[in-house]
Amino acid sequence: MQLIIEPGRTEKNYWKDLWRYRELFYILAWRDVKVRYKQTVIGVLWSVIRPLLAMLVFTIVFHKIAGLQSNTATPYAILVYTAMLPWQFFSTALTESSGSLIGNSNLISKVYFPRLIIPASAVMSSFVDFLISFVILFALMIYYHYMPPLQILLLPVFLIFVFLTSFSLGLYLTAVNVKYRDFRYIIPFIVQFGLFISPVGFSSSIISEKWRLAYDLNPMVGVIDGFRWCICGEPFTNHTLVSMTLSLIITFITLFFGIYYFRRTEKTFADII
Amino acid sequence: MSNTIIKVENLSKSYLIGHETQGYIALRDVVANRTKSFAKKLQHAFSGKQLMGTHEVEEFWALKNVSFEIKQGEAVGVIGRNGAGKSTLLKLLSRITEPTKGRIELNGRVASLLEVGTGFHPELTGRENIFLNGAILGMSRAEIKSKFDEIVDFSGVENFLDTPVKRYSSGMYVRLAFAVAAHLEPEILIIDEVLAVGDAEFQKKCLGKMEEVSKSEGKTILFVSHNLSAISNLCNKAILLDHGQMIFSGNVNNTLTQYSNIQKNTTGLKNKIEQNAQLTFKKVKIISEAIADSNIFNIGDDATIKITIEINKAIPVLMMNVNIISAANELMAHIINEDDTVTLKNLSEGNTYDVTIELKNLMFSPGVYSIDLWTGSTHSADSIYQSSKSVATFEIIQGGIIKRSLPYPSHASVFVKSKWLIDKA
Repeated sequence: MQLIIEPGRTEKNYWKDLWRYRELFYILAWRDVKVRYKQTVIGVLWSVIRPLLAMLVFTIVFHKIAGLQSNTATPYAILVYTAMLPWQFFSTALTESSGSLIGNSNLISKVYFPRLIIPASAVMSSFVDFLISFVILFALMIYYHYMPPLQILLLPVFLIFVFLTSFSLGLYLTAVNVKYRDFRYIIPFIVQFGLFISPVGFSSSIISEKWRLAYDLNPMVGVIDGFRWCICGEPFTNHTLVSMTLSLIITFITLFFGIYYFRRTEKTFADII
Repeated sequence: MSNTIIKVENLSKSYLIGHETQGYIALRDVVANRTKSFAKKLQHAFSGKQLMGTHEVEEFWALKNVSFEIKQGEAVGVIGRNGAGKSTLLKLLSRITEPTKGRIELNGRVASLLEVGTGFHPELTGRENIFLNGAILGMSRAEIKSKFDEIVDFSGVENFLDTPVKRYSSGMYVRLAFAVAAHLEPEILIIDEVLAVGDAEFQKKCLGKMEEVSKSEGKTILFVSHNLSAISNLCNKAILLDHGQMIFSGNVNNTLTQYSNIQKNTTGLKNKIEQNAQLTFKKVKIISEAIADSNIFNIGDDATIKITIEINKAIPVLMMNVNIISAANELMAHIINEDDTVTLKNLSEGNTYDVTIELKNLMFSPGVYSIDLWTGSTHSADSIYQSSKSVATFEIIQGGIIKRSLPYPSHASVFVKSKWLIDKA
C-alpha cells in the first residue's frame, strides 16, 4: 500500500479509507449512545420520555386548549407523536453533530481517520434514540386501537430520508463551527424556531396557498409529511408531492455541498480546532 | 530489506500567527474586521504582507525543507530542542495535518501514537475502552478481540476491567492505554514522547516492547524523545531538527554529537564576582571520546575537562575543585587536585593556564549532569578565589559497559560494574 501526502492533494483512497474505518464509525456511535445516559437513574428511558412529554404538551395546548383537530380518523396524539419523532431526531442530530468535531478535538489533533466519521456517528447515535422512541408510537397505537395504513411498510425509506436530511445539514454546520464558533449559538435558535415552522403541532393542510412554497422550503416539511402519510394515512396530495420533492432536492444539494465543504476544510481542522 | 518505506522531500509546514492572537475566529469579528480593514488592505496591497482581518500575520515555518529517507526495519530517532519541529513532523507523517509544501511517500500502514489513551472515555470501562481506543488507532474489532488477553496481560489491570476508567489511578490508565497501542501491528510506527509518563517500571516494559517490535519484527519505528538513552538504545539512526530544519541525519552517535553541539551554545560561563577574585575562568569544556567531540557519554566512559584560567593576581598555591551535580541537584562527585597529589603552584599574574582533568569511568546513571567549579587557597570557604556554578553540562546515556537491554533505573544514582561467576559448590 502506497500513500502520498502532498499539499492540496485530494486523496483517491478517501472513500476507501472511509470504508476501512467503518468500524470506528460504529464504535464512536456506540460510545455516544453508551455514554449519553451514563450516571442517570432512568437511563435510556430519557430517549422516550422527551418526545413523550413534548407530545403531551402539544396535545394539551393545541388540541385540548386551542382546539385543533386532526382531519383524518387518526387520534391527535398519534398525529403529533408521528411528527414529533422525526423532529426530535432532527433537532438532536443537528445539535449533536454540529458540536461533534469540537467535542472530539482531542481525537482530531492526535490521530488520523476520515473526519467525516465524527459527525456521521453523532447523527447515528441520535438515530438509535430515535428508533427507541418508536416504542411509544406502538404503545399509542395499541392504546387507541389504531391500525396503521399499508404504506407504513415504506417507513424505512423515510427513516433514511430523515437521516440524510439531518446528516447533510449537520455536516455543514459542524465544519463551519470548527472555524466560526458563532454557530454553536445559532443552532439552538434554528432548532427552536424550526419547531414552529414545521408541521408538528398542526397539519400541512392548514397552510394557505400564498405561503405554501416558502413553507415547503423547510426540508423537514417534506419529511414530516412523509411520516404522516406513512403512519397516519394522511392523503398524499399534490402538496405532499411538492414538499417531498423539494425536501429531497434541498437535502441532496445540502449533502453535496456539505461533503464538498467538509472535505475541503477537513485537513486544516487539526490546525484550527 | 533495504527498500525505502518513508520518503520525505522538501517537507515544509507553515502556520500563520496573528500578532493579536485569538483563541478562535468569531464570525462577528470577521464581519467587523472586514469592514474596518478594507482601507488598510489597500494600503498594504503592494507591500507583500498578508492580512487576516486587521491583524497582521506572520508566517511561521514550523518545518522547512526537510528531506530524508527511511528504509524498512530501521528505527529512527528524532531529536531536537523544544520547538524544533519534531511534533510537527510526526503530525504530518501521521496525516493529522496537511503539509504546506513538499511531499511524503509512505509505503506501508502507519500507526501513530502521539499520546497514550487518545479517545479514552472516562465513563466507559477498561474493557470498553480497549475496543474504543483500538478502533481509533486503526485496529479492527477482530484484531482487538484476538489480542485482547495479551493487552490485558500487558497492562496488568485485569481486576479492574469492568470499572469505568475514571476510577483508575493515573498509572493504571497509562498502562492500559500503552498496552493497547503496543499491540498495534502497522508497518510503520510513529511514537511521540509517550514514555514521559508512567513509573520507571512501566517505562522499562514499554521500551522493551518497542525494542521487540523494531528488532525482532522488523517494523519501522520513528521515535521522538528527549530521553537520549532511549533513543540511543532503541534507534540505529537519528534525525536532528533545529528551528524547523534538518541539521543532521545519520547514525545515532553522530547525531548525538551534533545535538550536543547545538546545546552547548546555550550554557554560558558566569564568573561570580568574588571579593578577592584572583582569577577568572575563561573557558570550560567537557569532552567525550566515545561519542566524538560531544558532551555525551556512555556509562563507564572516560571524560576530559579542560579549564582555562586567567590569573589576576599572583597565586602561590591554588586549590581547585570540580563538583558534579545531578539534575536532581545532588552532589554526585567532589573532585579536587589534592586527590591526585598534584599541587598547582606559583601561578603568576597576567598569565593564562590550561588545566586538564581526566576523569576515569563515569559510573553515574543515565541523565544530565552539570559541573560547578571552585578555586581557593586552602580548604576553607573564606579562602575562595573564584567559583562558578553550572559551567558545563554533560549527559550520560546507557551504553558502553552496561549490557542490559532494559533501561537502567533512573532512581539509582550510580552504576557498579560487576563480574558474575557461577560454580557448582
